[in-house]
Amino acid sequence: MTKPRTLYEKIWDAHVIERRDDGTCLIYIDRHIIHEVTSPQAFEGLRLAGRTVRRPDLTLAVPDHNLPTTARVDPQGKRLPIADAESAEQLAALERNVAEFGIPYIGATDAAQGIVHVVGPEQGFTLPGTTLVCGDSHTAAHGALGALAFGIGTSEVEHVFATQTLLLKQSKTMEVRIDGKLGYGVTPKDVVLEIIGRTGTAGGTGHVIEYRGSTFRDMSIEGRLTVANMAIEGGARSGLFAPDEKTFAYLKGRPMAPKGADWEAAVAWWKSLATDEGAVFDKTLIIDAAEIAPNVTWGTSPEDVVSITGLVPDPDSFADASKRAAAEKALEYMGLSKGQRMQDVSVEHIFIGSCTNSRIEDLRAAASVIEGRHIAGTIKQALVVPGSGLVKRQAEEEGLDRIFTEAGFEWREPGCSACLGMNPDKVPSGERCASTSNRNFMGRQGPGARTHLVSPAMAAAAAVTGRLADVRELMGR
Amino acid sequence: MDKVDIVEGSAYPLGVKNVDTDMIIAAKWLKTISRAGLGKGAFEAMRQDPDNVFDDPAYAGSPILIAGDNFGCGSSREHAAWALNDMGVKSVIAPSFSDIFSGNAFKNGILTVVLPQEAIDRLMEVAKTDPIHIDLDTQSVTTPFQDRFTFEIDPFRKSCLMGGLDEIGLTLADADAIGAYEAKVSTDRPWVSAAVA
Ligand code: SF4
Repeated sequence: MTKPRTLYEKIWDAHVIERRDDGTCLIYIDRHIIHEVTSPQAFEGLRLAGRTVRRPDLTLAVPDHNLPTTARVDPQGKRLPIADAESAEQLAALERNVAEFGIPYIGATDAAQGIVHVVGPEQGFTLPGTTLVCGDSHTAAHGALGALAFGIGTSEVEHVFATQTLLLKQSKTMEVRIDGKLGYGVTPKDVVLEIIGRTGTAGGTGHVIEYRGSTFRDMSIEGRLTVANMAIEGGARSGLFAPDEKTFAYLKGRPMAPKGADWEAAVAWWKSLATDEGAVFDKTLIIDAAEIAPNVTWGTSPEDVVSITGLVPDPDSFADASKRAAAEKALEYMGLSKGQRMQDVSVEHIFIGSCTNSRIEDLRAAASVIEGRHIAGTIKQALVVPGSGLVKRQAEEEGLDRIFTEAGFEWREPGCSACLGMNPDKVPSGERCASTSNRNFMGRQGPGARTHLVSPAMAAAAAVTGRLADVRELMGR
Repeated sequence: MDKVDIVEGSAYPLGVKNVDTDMIIAAKWLKTISRAGLGKGAFEAMRQDPDNVFDDPAYAGSPILIAGDNFGCGSSREHAAWALNDMGVKSVIAPSFSDIFSGNAFKNGILTVVLPQEAIDRLMEVAKTDPIHIDLDTQSVTTPFQDRFTFEIDPFRKSCLMGGLDEIGLTLADADAIGAYEAKVSTDRPWVSAAVA
């Protein structure tokens, strides 16, 4: 009898080409997504060494990080230039490179363009049981569909281009088990913030997480994408959900998903991937769903999590000296003082978007809070940036765009936007943003910007109240 | 890739924990399409502090950086490694590194040395006045004061660093095995490649 294996171990085993004596394995990569920021130097490297892309057919290129989210074509349909010269050059370089190496490309003005981690699943490019990489740490998101997905650096991008493989060591396994029904107003984003708040940003280092338990089984694919997206913020390179009927229903009929007999064969194999009875994880974290409240971050690390009903912590309450020092620095940067009620913290900016929370369910959740209300007078800018052109179109068909714009939000073109201070969407220094993105690092949304990570519903609640607010109160509970 | 065997010289005594890649090189520097020239943007936010170690003439051009736990966490941007390379840092010593960063560092010929916090504390002291010596062959870090700390390193990484070997070239030598794997998958799981057109 073979030893019981976890989902991760099964996917890993199916992709080992060679195992070296020291345990390093040559792993086959089934799917490679690239964008404009982390690929140019990899193409430069290929060219310098006279190499080619081994499997352009397993590669997909989509620009997202520094595309402006304002209109991309004029009313006559003519493409508008990008004002920032360096951004324009990066995009032009991507366009030259995909043409030269024959890589499928969903371009800036394509109806399906969007954030790489929204587009991959949406197109069915992301499939269960595949290995999927991208030069972006939030690639972990694709694990929601049961793909072993992780972010890589540009040298690895070049390595995958040239060889369709990576040299890796097998990770340890970590089970995050949550059972039970989530409370009213508690969303997948609150769940993942809770996990990171408990494990810390290094809690998953060296591990691949598998999310298990009824809470995750009941979660939609979009919710799972939100959770897996932030696996990396807890230090884990990948997060995985076992593919199930929800996964198959989500993928069926997507443009790049298998069809016909291939589909049947694929589903049969995907079903065999679930963790075996008796398989052992190296580490386990158990949380009761009922304990999770809507969460917010107070500091400059995603582990700085507190429930919305909580208070800004006292740095002295941390036993660890370096943690204490970090908390002091974070509070200074964030302009907060210990003991302050989170709900009294006012915000001037709202960002609903990013690969964590820019899918249709996220927009619906935010719109349901916004509907019939207006953003507070103290809000300087409120952005809604759909994760892809298809999400945008769907939202418009449902009339969500009007709910947002009538409430005072700006409705933008898809892209990474204010998730990172790299394109024109930024939060000014010293100003505060309730953001549905995944990172609250110093300067992440622009130099000096103060970020509070929240769910889309909570961002909407902050928009209408002008402060970090408990969405449950707004919804009459 | 340049060979790495001995790294010796002054060291920036940074010591800070959770230095993320945004701190090493902020997003606005990522718009480049080349690997060179990022040193000038390195640690930009920290350099706002007039007492920062990077602008202290005592440490100018140091080949070594000493940091706290979880160095290089956050974004996978390899620009962080390029920025360190461009500022002349050949080795970073810390109690722990993020997985992605240490991989990126290795691929760019930067030696990441993991030592316990006590050793880091001691090296921080020494670095204020004296040079530090890292010998990859013997896997040791020494100081002029008889301190000697040994560290672990993956043997494959060690041999690549010491030989200045190009990883892609090494893997391409295995092209037959890769081709054989592809052939097997195209029978066992044809949908893996058939789906993408
Ligand atoms: S939205 Fe943010 S986290 Fe996601 S891919 Fe873009 S920059 Fe990265």
